[in-house]
Amino acid sequence: MRRTHTLVVLVEDQPGVLNRVVSLIRRRNFNIDSIAVGHSEQPGFSRMTLMVSGEDNEVEQAVKQLYKLLEVIKVTDLADDQAITREMVLVKVAAKNGQRSEIMQIADVYGARILDATPSSLMIEATGSEEQIESFLAMMRIFGIREMVRAGKIAMARASATKPQGRIERIGDDRFAVAD
Amino acid sequence: MVVAQSRTRTDSAEEPQLLAVEVGQISAQPEILSGAEITCRSLEAEGVTTVFGYPGGAVIPLYDAIANASFHHVLSRFEQWAAHEAQAYARVTGEVGVCIATSGPGATNIVTALADAFLDSIPMVAVTGQVVQPLIGRDGFQEVDITGITLPVTKHNYLVRRIEDIAPTIKEAFYLARSGRPGPVLVDIPKDVFNAKAPFVWPETTGRRSYQPSFVPNMRQVRLAADEIAKARKPLIMAGHGIILANGEAEFQAFAEKTGIPVIYTLLGLGAMDEAHPLSLGMMGMHGHKHVNRALEECDLLVNIGARFDDRATGRLDGFAPNARIIHVDVDPAEIGKNVTTHVPVVGDAREALKLLIDAVEERKYPEWRRWIDSQKDRVLAAALEDRPEWPEPYAIIKAIAKATDHEAIVTTDVGQHQMWAAQHIGVRHGDRWVTSGGLGTMGFGLPSAIGAKLGRPELEVWTIIGDGGFQMSLNELATAVQENLDINIAIINNGYLGMVRQWQDLFHNHNYSETRISSPDFVKLAEAYGVMGIRVTEDDEIEPAIEKARSIKGPVLIEFIVEPEANVYPMVAPGASNSEMIHHPNNSAEVN
Repeated sequence: MRRTHTLVVLVEDQPGVLNRVVSLIRRRNFNIDSIAVGHSEQPGFSRMTLMVSGEDNEVEQAVKQLYKLLEVIKVTDLADDQAITREMVLVKVAAKNGQRSEIMQIADVYGARILDATPSSLMIEATGSEEQIESFLAMMRIFGIREMVRAGKIAMARASATKPQGRIERIGDDRFAVAD
Repeated sequence: MVVAQSRTRTDSAEEPQLLAVEVGQISAQPEILSGAEITCRSLEAEGVTTVFGYPGGAVIPLYDAIANASFHHVLSRFEQWAAHEAQAYARVTGEVGVCIATSGPGATNIVTALADAFLDSIPMVAVTGQVVQPLIGRDGFQEVDITGITLPVTKHNYLVRRIEDIAPTIKEAFYLARSGRPGPVLVDIPKDVFNAKAPFVWPETTGRRSYQPSFVPNMRQVRLAADEIAKARKPLIMAGHGIILANGEAEFQAFAEKTGIPVIYTLLGLGAMDEAHPLSLGMMGMHGHKHVNRALEECDLLVNIGARFDDRATGRLDGFAPNARIIHVDVDPAEIGKNVTTHVPVVGDAREALKLLIDAVEERKYPEWRRWIDSQKDRVLAAALEDRPEWPEPYAIIKAIAKATDHEAIVTTDVGQHQMWAAQHIGVRHGDRWVTSGGLGTMGFGLPSAIGAKLGRPELEVWTIIGDGGFQMSLNELATAVQENLDINIAIINNGYLGMVRQWQDLFHNHNYSETRISSPDFVKLAEAYGVMGIRVTEDDEIEPAIEKARSIKGPVLIEFIVEPEANVYPMVAPGASNSEMIHHPNNSAEVN
């Protein structure tokens, strides 16, 4: 089935590691919808969130190839119901006199924050799931979006969904081969 | 940390103690050396005895140190050939091949060889020079981003920015190159790091938390594989390069003999077992033997050991072994299911897997199945010989070389028709005596690979079989063979064409021989100009005397065999076709099946 997979990749913080991961995904002919990188809870290690679309077996192949990169410690393919994902967006919205308070009310509904204001515009920060962000942006388009920047999605597994640790390679539907 | 193959040196139990003594002795006052000297000491510590390279601006300090190093440096005439020589050296010795190139063009010249080594899983370490660090990123003279360029064609690569990182990086590079699925590793060292001074401390251990190659397979998977083997009525074993890389030829033969299953080979799997062994059927795939491809179509179980289901071996995937359950033994989990859906994966070193499998399987024989396979054999050779051609038949030359050397010589090839004729007819006996460019198909590979092979195994007779096109790519390497006074025999199969492309044009492009007619210099005179004996053969009865003469002369000998210009390699599976749709020799068309 073709769908978007959320891959969370724990990597050693080495120069060029982002390049290696992205280059591998490109070389193996996969598409990255978004990517976010930042420090993890462990010093010297970063965590990347990659949104990759493809058939399940293709993404499984991508995961195996990622494991072959020396800097990659762990790759988790998060199922949608196991993961909490968040996106962030900054928008500069046209705000004429009389519209400003309406925009601020809508922002408030979405839990968004006003960062900057000028006589003709407002800059707003919003975080949320992809659906929330899309819904928020649809509202803002009514007033006119002058500028927008979206950060890549980040994801984390729910504590209740934690799978067994270790390098277990999932092969086929019901078979596992452990790479000792 | 799992120990890699048995042939690795770094993880032996006694080494840490030895090092502890050494470190203990020198720890009071470690020697202060230049980065270049540390590089050489590190190579020596890894047991390197031969390196292949070419000097240049960024590696002048390194060559300053190489002059005093214990290893032998072979001066090739082109960096790519140096790297192919290192590859061939690795293939025949089982050790890590080492090559050296300067920054910029020197480094880019080895990229093809790294890609070749990457696709064929050859353990190799390339050391390249880089411009001084203040110039990096400023388009300095002879600067290229070689770590960026080689990212997709190396197992891993490094840019060494600090002198104290040289020794640990080289140790790790060798460990990576030879462990797990072997491959090429590149170490890029800026000139100022070569010139810096620091104490030389050889690290005791190496390895990374993130790198834990598979080694011993899961016993449950081994039992599942044994169950499949027990149920099969028409099984086949597909032997791949992984058996040879794991040094598992003896275990493989024992496994084949106990199970009684006939064995087919990929191009690089040739030599996993003696081709003259009664269970041996020969090569599969695009130019595989007819009965082999027919057996693939018919089998109910395929046991792939150490092969990656390359498209030249499988043909069109939906027609590949259509009735078979698939067992796939591979050290690289990413190979499982990459091309062919696998029913029982066994992830681990081929030799370790075979050891476990031998105990898990029952003794069997398949006389009926084998009789059926034998009934499918091609009778093209006899048919072709009756139709006497004007020139010597290429395969007759290959067979004559095989016979004269009793199949015991190392045979290397270039890429093209002669390579396929050699693969079909040389009859490889040992895994360490067949050197060819498989995955990448690199023309020019033949002559340098013979040089690397001879330097790796000077006690063995070395032949290289090359086409007239491929030879003209790397003929400058004759100078290296002469400079090293290497006893190698060069057999040029000269048909005046880029033969394999011409064959495709013949069969699939309406005989439109676009740019495949290729002229040659007088190879005999050329050989003489280099100080190499040259012999030209144009008649059948000159073949054997020429081969015997070449064998009797110490030093390089070149034989140019003038052959039928438009001979094709048969059988052939058309690109994109299924292995069952073979094109046969025209003289063979009347044959049943």
